[in-house]
Amino acid sequence: MPRIVSPARTGLTLAALLGLAACAGSSKPLGGTDAAAKVYVAPGQYDELYAFLSGGFSGNVVVYGLPSGRLLQQIPVFSQYPEKGYGYSEETKAMLNTSWGFLPWDDAHHPQLSITNGQADGRWLFINGNNTPRIARLDLTRFETEEIIEIPNAAGGHGSPYITANSEYAVSGTRFAVPTPQQDESIKDGKFGGVLSFVKIDPQSGHMSLAFQVHVPGFDYDLARSGKGPSRDWSFWTSYNTEEAKTLLEANASQKDKDYIAAVNRKVAVQCVADGKAKEWKTPYAHNLVGEDGIARSEMVNSEKILEAADCPGLIYFLPTPKSPHGVDVDPTGEFIVGGGKLATTIPVHSFSKMLKAIEAKAFEGEVGGIPVLKYDQVIAGEVQNPGLGPLHTEFDGKGYAYTSVFITSEIVKFSLKDFKVVDRVPTYYSIGHLMIPGGDTEHPYGKYVVALNKITKDRYLPTGPELTQSAQLYDITGDKMKLLLDFPTTGEPHYAQALPASVIKDKQLKAYALATSKDPNVTKSEKETKVVRQGAKVHAYMTAIRSHFVPDNIEGIQVGDSVFFHVTNLEQDWDVPHGFAMLGARNAELLIMPGQIRTLVWVPQRPGVYPFYCTDFCSALHQEMQGYIRVSAKGAATPLAWNGPSGSLK
Amino acid sequence: MTSVGRTDGGAVGVSHAREVGNVRPLTVQPAARPARRLRPGSRAAIALASLALLLLYVMPLWHVGLKAPQYPEGLGMYIWVNKITGEKPQDLNSINGLNHYIGMKQILPESFPELKLMPLAVAAAVTAGLLVAFLARRRLLYAWTLLFAAGALSGLADFWKWGYQYGHELDPRAAIKIPGMSYQPPLVGSKQLLNFHATSWPALGGWVALLVLALLIALAIREWRGAPARAG
Repeated sequence: MPRIVSPARTGLTLAALLGLAACAGSSKPLGGTDAAAKVYVAPGQYDELYAFLSGGFSGNVVVYGLPSGRLLQQIPVFSQYPEKGYGYSEETKAMLNTSWGFLPWDDAHHPQLSITNGQADGRWLFINGNNTPRIARLDLTRFETEEIIEIPNAAGGHGSPYITANSEYAVSGTRFAVPTPQQDESIKDGKFGGVLSFVKIDPQSGHMSLAFQVHVPGFDYDLARSGKGPSRDWSFWTSYNTEEAKTLLEANASQKDKDYIAAVNRKVAVQCVADGKAKEWKTPYAHNLVGEDGIARSEMVNSEKILEAADCPGLIYFLPTPKSPHGVDVDPTGEFIVGGGKLATTIPVHSFSKMLKAIEAKAFEGEVGGIPVLKYDQVIAGEVQNPGLGPLHTEFDGKGYAYTSVFITSEIVKFSLKDFKVVDRVPTYYSIGHLMIPGGDTEHPYGKYVVALNKITKDRYLPTGPELTQSAQLYDITGDKMKLLLDFPTTGEPHYAQALPASVIKDKQLKAYALATSKDPNVTKSEKETKVVRQGAKVHAYMTAIRSHFVPDNIEGIQVGDSVFFHVTNLEQDWDVPHGFAMLGARNAELLIMPGQIRTLVWVPQRPGVYPFYCTDFCSALHQEMQGYIRVSAKGAATPLAWNGPSGSLK
Repeated sequence: MTSVGRTDGGAVGVSHAREVGNVRPLTVQPAARPARRLRPGSRAAIALASLALLLLYVMPLWHVGLKAPQYPEGLGMYIWVNKITGEKPQDLNSINGLNHYIGMKQILPESFPELKLMPLAVAAAVTAGLLVAFLARRRLLYAWTLLFAAGALSGLADFWKWGYQYGHELDPRAAIKIPGMSYQPPLVGSKQLLNFHATSWPALGGWVALLVLALLIALAIREWRGAPARAG
């Protein structure tokens, strides 16, 4: 019987299977009571860490507890999410606005926790949308998306949003070379380019703004990292397809022995921008932000500052790196820059101090698009031999070791940063992409665990038709040998992840929005303030919800074709008492309204009749009774607008 | 009582002591002061205890706590001399929200006239105590102790009355009605009310008041015992 493998995975799956066969003999008996005890979190107890996994093509961020692997929350970011009314309610729709209009989906890739003094500070989580390049900022006291900025002139916002050592900037690349700026031209003959973007993060509010973009040759810029310690002013991007192929990249972009890591000096860039050396481009992009009133608003911006290498000496250098490198990861000291050469047979480790010396000595082997290319042997610190096939990403334990995910041979390889020798390796199940050590990308890794984020699960779980779950695996790295502790399924395709000790954010969680100080213009602070107002064909119902009733719960005088805005205030001020709101026939999702919050659902009634609405979130013993009716009359009918409750005339 | 000696005149006191205590040497301590007067130590203790009552303006008198499976962290309210507050900012709101299921009236601080009276009563108590200490008459101490105890008891009785009313005067249209069930919180101690385990104990201010009462009683007893046979 022929195997049917999804086209996207075909290429490497075969290689992966070969690799697995090769290392199958080395797998040891796993688990046992020791592993069970290490991941057992007794009922009612808390996990040690919060882990934020990208939800991949779900567009969400998914929150797990570690070491248990228990799913705690889904945070919608780039995709509409009917469960929470995200992207459906009037207050959240603007969050998904772009220069192309409302986009209900994106592909979420790389979460990044905000950093202070080289450690996660628990304030924000940033994550990129890959398809229509965007960066989102999530608030970690509310676990909600608070801001999204679109990245203009880029295509494939993959190497993003790798933040700088003190969260000054989030940086973003261009995975797909395109005409820059966009224009109608021949695919084959067009001169494509890319931009490397620097998004400024306000240290107080976290608000993002596009500071400048560096215009670069049309390679595919894959992943990024910003430096730390001595390299803190630099950001690095890997590139593949330096062949600049436009078709069949599988082969055409795999011809050169080495591609490049681009190293950008941010200080020089900022100075050049300040000196007026940037050009202006006028590609529109959207900036969406939740205001103090809790409502998301979208604004269009039409101006970018563009830096060309030629106008700003010292801005950018290329480090030759074998071969089609994927990850570029900077160790906790800021000295080593590890390239993950997908098709390479070694893991190249560059030295930042050697790079500075090479720049000083002008040890260039040439120039590409006006950008100096440094000599490989002048920047390389060492090559890790026999790392397995398809090294991708590297994280660090802070004890002098690096852990690299190796896709084709499906394993994690641990090597020493002293002599670049492999000291340990464990299989993963299967085809690991990213890996994550809590804090393993910061100056102060928390260590203890490494999480493998796997693309393929095959026989690891009960089968569920053609589409199988993705998975994560937790390994103990406290000893000399890595030990597999746990498999747990994940949603979407988990790309990168971040984790931090629970204590950093656990006690900062918002329990309810303060009703008394609400700035929402649609707030209804008590049942006495409820009202229904008609403005032409629009009807605004200012309603309240509290266990276990809505006020008003009877409304008459609505007509077919009206746009009915249900502005529902949840009057509860108690933790964990959201109310839901759903309307029969509404071509919309439900509302899920947190205590003290206001959410608005729009419904356009289509047929005369009496239609119910109800609370969807089981709020109380009388939740089933939490319901009401809307009477819909024909267009132009004489039925007066009326409602019940303290302010209404219906009894 | 045969003589009508002035209580504030040392000389009279001394002669009085001689008059009644002629079988004992003059050096015995009680004989050094007039029989109707409080010992200096008692006066100081009464003065301090009276001033301690000022703490009732900054400490809650009583705490009522509620725990249920859905409220592992508990809900609670504090009764002060002049207000009722939630243990956590939203607790009173939450308690009122829950009470509507059983038809219990809303606990609205403005509906308790006691909360206007109690601050005055505490001020009066502080003044009265200081007066007793200043005037230093045993009889005043006995009277004050009785009055203070009566005040405390009537406070408790009033608290019980409110508890009774809240627990019994239920809205007949309430969603949850259990025949024979009332929801009177315990006066002191704990009690299971449906899914809630209710507790009721003095809070810091309440303990201060009780300590003051205990001290007054102890002082009164000590003065009574130490008093010459006819002096009390």
